[in-house]
Amino acid sequence: MNENIIELRNINKSYSDKPVVKNLSLTIKRGEFVTLLGPSGCGKTTTLRMIAGFEQPTSGKVYFNGEDITELPPHKRALNTVFQRYALFPHLNVFGNIAYGLKLKFVPNGEPYTDKNGNTVQKMRKLTKAEITDKVNAALKMVDLEDYGHRAVNSLSGGQQQRVAIARALVNEPQVLLLDEPLGALDLKMRKDMQIELMQMHEKLGITFVYVTHDQEEALTMSDKIVVMKDGVIQQIGTPTKIYDEPANAFVADFIGESNILSGVMVKDFCVDISGHKFECVDKGFKRNEPIDVIIRPEDIRIVDKNDKQCLVEAEVLTCVFKGDHYQVTALTYGDERNEIIIHDNVQVNCGDVIGIYIKPFDFHIMHKSRIINTLEGKVYDENIVEFCGGRFDCVTSLPADTSVKITVDFDDVELMDDEEDGTIGATIISAIYKGSYWQYIVRTDDYYDFFVDNDYEWTLNDRVGIKIAPDKIVLEPIVKTEEENKENQDA
Amino acid sequence: MRKVKFRFSRKAFAYPYMIFLLLFVVVPLVIVLINAFLGDDGKLTFDNFIEFFSDASGGLTVLGNSLIIGLVTTLICLVIGYPVAYFLAKYHASSKIFVLLFILPMWVNFLIRTLSTKAIFMALDIKLGMGTIMFGMVYNYLPYMILPLHTTLVSIDHSYIEAAEDLGADRFTVLWKTVLPLSLSGIVSGVTMTFIPAISTFAISEILSSSKIFLFGDSINMYFSKATNSLGVGSVMSFVMLIIVIIANVLMSLTEKKEEVKSAL
Repeated sequence: MNENIIELRNINKSYSDKPVVKNLSLTIKRGEFVTLLGPSGCGKTTTLRMIAGFEQPTSGKVYFNGEDITELPPHKRALNTVFQRYALFPHLNVFGNIAYGLKLKFVPNGEPYTDKNGNTVQKMRKLTKAEITDKVNAALKMVDLEDYGHRAVNSLSGGQQQRVAIARALVNEPQVLLLDEPLGALDLKMRKDMQIELMQMHEKLGITFVYVTHDQEEALTMSDKIVVMKDGVIQQIGTPTKIYDEPANAFVADFIGESNILSGVMVKDFCVDISGHKFECVDKGFKRNEPIDVIIRPEDIRIVDKNDKQCLVEAEVLTCVFKGDHYQVTALTYGDERNEIIIHDNVQVNCGDVIGIYIKPFDFHIMHKSRIINTLEGKVYDENIVEFCGGRFDCVTSLPADTSVKITVDFDDVELMDDEEDGTIGATIISAIYKGSYWQYIVRTDDYYDFFVDNDYEWTLNDRVGIKIAPDKIVLEPIVKTEEENKENQDA
Repeated sequence: MRKVKFRFSRKAFAYPYMIFLLLFVVVPLVIVLINAFLGDDGKLTFDNFIEFFSDASGGLTVLGNSLIIGLVTTLICLVIGYPVAYFLAKYHASSKIFVLLFILPMWVNFLIRTLSTKAIFMALDIKLGMGTIMFGMVYNYLPYMILPLHTTLVSIDHSYIEAAEDLGADRFTVLWKTVLPLSLSGIVSGVTMTFIPAISTFAISEILSSSKIFLFGDSINMYFSKATNSLGVGSVMSFVMLIIVIIANVLMSLTEKKEEVKSAL
């Protein structure tokens, strides 16, 4: 039997031309607990719904046990879903809800016969009342709701409804159980309990679980494999430890747990430069002097005496907060550019102290930057005016009007305005990562171009801002079209 | 000098309507009730009741016919209306225009509608009779069935349908075992809104059968408008009608209550 139970190949999904999932490929092994993790709107639920069959991918294929099920309607798929808001039928009681799937099920009646063409035919029958009752009671027992069969679903608490929803899905003995943020509506304590219970169920039943959540802790606790998604693109696939210890990029590092994300330069193999300090690390294979992101987990930073020979860099303590099992220290490093870092250690220090910092070479996690400059296309509108992203920017150019141009703007040349009206175009902050001494934002314009912006001031996610760019900071380069492209344009 | 304070509370806004209600609903009802017990000679009598319930003038038969026609109309409306409401609710992107199309006839006075229906039948050389009456009834009351059904169906959470599909229900089973039970309240109000006016209708049957077939509403109309001395029997019939409507309403609200209780438990 095929080891991969579900396989998604090059899945794309768009709603009225707005892409939600972009070229997603994923294999899920039999018996795995896989979690799709990401912020809201990252396409994780859409991906789950495509596995369940409620959505059809715009392009790409879904395989189940090696069979193409892309076109198969949900009721023919051997998987069941636990819905976000449980979706328990209000007109049926608990028993009726759990029995719903069983009453529709056909099973072999155990007497295969040979028809006149010589094929062995298996006659199918429905489950008997007694069988259904037995199965439902067993399912109720599994979720600790033995005496609740006759109760109306609306009379149950959130946690109990959750259990009924799980029982209703599991009673059909699916090969894969899909869970769409099932614990989202529960309070913290109940959520923790249910996490453990779900893990136990997964272990006991041995079936595949595909779990969707935006809660990184939940994902780290429960999963065998985590798929981190952002904007419809998989950022990283790996075990919880791998995702936590070796995040693939700044987004994953920031989303999973607390971390220090700093900008640096890879001087040569095994050597990284952060704000003028050179550190030994274990990464290689980067271009010489390539700008990179460095991630250091707070618990990987050790506080030492500034005169200690282990001391790599000195820092001034800004705050020190007791957190039960550790102290959380924020400190400002000394150097060309001063970076603010967070340290988790069990030494108490005082504000204003100068401390030494030691980090093992292994704990510098070096990642390629996802982008080093904003590049987009536009058109010269008029003398010294260029049009892109639905706005007209002043610029310095000698190119004639209507020339198609490639525009490049540096991260720190994009100015953000509190008042949307003050900018040339409006945009929404969709990502904010603190990089020690400044914030790196991703701001999305209304026609879906993402600007990377380095800025000293703090905005929160989903803030509306205005984008302004100084005329001399816009670098234009005419796009030379090949003849073929020109022809295409004329045809269009 | 002492000022007389005029107390004007919000309650006062209700007075005009209460007076209206008293004058044009309560008083006529009392008159009908009194008339029912008055004989031709103006004396207290039960003759009117005896005349009606002994079916001497065929009133009871007409009532039976009316109830049957009302039931059949409601049933046909439900059978036609439910799929319409279902598809309107399912493809709700473009349905606003379609919903409008279905309720558009309601904007035209029903007498005009019925008269034009008759004209169409005449032009097509179709014999007026029970069939044409049924057509007219269904045509008139269909929107009253579709609207409450549509409202209920639109409000059904789509996740219930997905849950049913997920549990192995094909399209028909989803409709039969999930959508239909969840839309029961809409069915009840649709049936109420169709059945009650359908049993008391008049004019439709008169126009669409060239006065050959009389329904209960027509009979009452006849007793009152002939200016004969049969106000008493007409009153009894009105009274019977009222009782039937009340019973129907109570039955419907009982079904709804039961649903509520069931889901609240």
